[in-house]
Amino acid sequence: MFRDAALMAGKDLRIEWRSRVTTQQILPFAVLVILLFGMALDPDRGILARASSGLFWIAVLFCSLLAIQRAFTIEAADGGRDALRLSGLDPAGVFLGKAAAIAVQLIALEIVLAMGVVIIYGARITGFPLLLATCLAATAGLAAAGTLYGVLAAGLRVRETLLPILLLPVLAPVLIAATRAFEAALGGVAVEGWPWCGLLAMFALLYLIFGTLAFGTLLEES
Amino acid sequence: MESVIHLRGAVTVLGRFPALAGIDLEVAAGEIVLLRGSNGAGKTTVLRLCAGLLPVTRGEAIVLGHDLADRRGGRDLRRRVGLLGHATGLYDELTVTDNVRFWGRAADAAAGDIDAALVACGLVGALADRPVARLSAGQRRRTALACLVSRRPELWLLDEPHAGLDQDGRDLLDGLVGSAVASGATVVLSSHELERAEALADRVVTIVAGTTDVSVAAGEESFLVP
Repeated sequence: MFRDAALMAGKDLRIEWRSRVTTQQILPFAVLVILLFGMALDPDRGILARASSGLFWIAVLFCSLLAIQRAFTIEAADGGRDALRLSGLDPAGVFLGKAAAIAVQLIALEIVLAMGVVIIYGARITGFPLLLATCLAATAGLAAAGTLYGVLAAGLRVRETLLPILLLPVLAPVLIAATRAFEAALGGVAVEGWPWCGLLAMFALLYLIFGTLAFGTLLEES
Repeated sequence: MESVIHLRGAVTVLGRFPALAGIDLEVAAGEIVLLRGSNGAGKTTVLRLCAGLLPVTRGEAIVLGHDLADRRGGRDLRRRVGLLGHATGLYDELTVTDNVRFWGRAADAAAGDIDAALVACGLVGALADRPVARLSAGQRRRTALACLVSRRPELWLLDEPHAGLDQDGRDLLDGLVGSAVASGATVVLSSHELERAEALADRVVTIVAGTTDVSVAAGEESFLVP
């Protein structure tokens, strides 16, 4: 399973490296979202600083949708989905590999977005370990749930429009918990962030387990 | 002789429509069987069924000893089957070598087999490092063929394999099919290029009447399960 996951993740990341979709399309989109929020709320930088956690994760959420769509678009072209089914790869490995590739891209995006939030919104990082742990846990959850719903939507004709409708409600707990944990890490609101981080880790673990078990069936049946 | 493919009254329903309505087919180990029929007759559906990509709704369907009605163990079957279909399953952004390596490794192919497949399909030099997006249709077909060859499948399922290939490519394909059979593989192919395909095949099976019946070429009735 882990060998297949490494093979799949390596392939997806190589495709992204060659196509530059993440760096030339998704990343500029993410920066634009951060800039537009900044412009919209600019008259009062106090609001920007207070809302920076939520705005950061909303931007990450939008980017996740694009990254997940992209991860399954490359499989939809020229019979890739059937080839994947015929490959003999362990479906659990395919799930973990695709989720890992999405997670790597999201981490890279989050680093740039975090710099944007600090520079443009004037946010101050006060709890770096919590910030790092939150990013890792939330990203794992986004990637795992996204991969699961991505394969579900990929078999449908209206996948481009259906995926956000299916996925965003599912990811609402990630948005809430990650925002709360970030608020603590950015020192904006005096709440304890670690329980929220634990909730994110639990969400990620559940979807990783569920995805590992269900991905094969979804790949076959959807 | 041992049956590699055994279909008896195999029915496949896709949605509400029967894609196959009672196919009977026996293919012995080491045979090359040509499926012949008009467009929409069900040749592609038979090949996809044998690859384990489509469900068998009713009837018997056993491929390489695996009952297709049993969804467990399908992964093992698929590792032993190679399907060259209309779609190639290639990734445009990756090079020829990347694609063949990925699909080969997915089936646990040895590095030597992957390199040998590239050479056997004439994918060497600058062509091997070219992104698939910049290949001609024939070169894409050769790359897909190399992916299949690298896996060394026991059962080759070839759907219009000559389509898009030039004369050299067609000769190469026929040679690879011959080599595969010589090393113990079984081949089922569909083609509209009957002269070439019939010369390659041991036996011709005709699928007629919109996927509902099977017949064979004259003199080959003994292979047909009516």
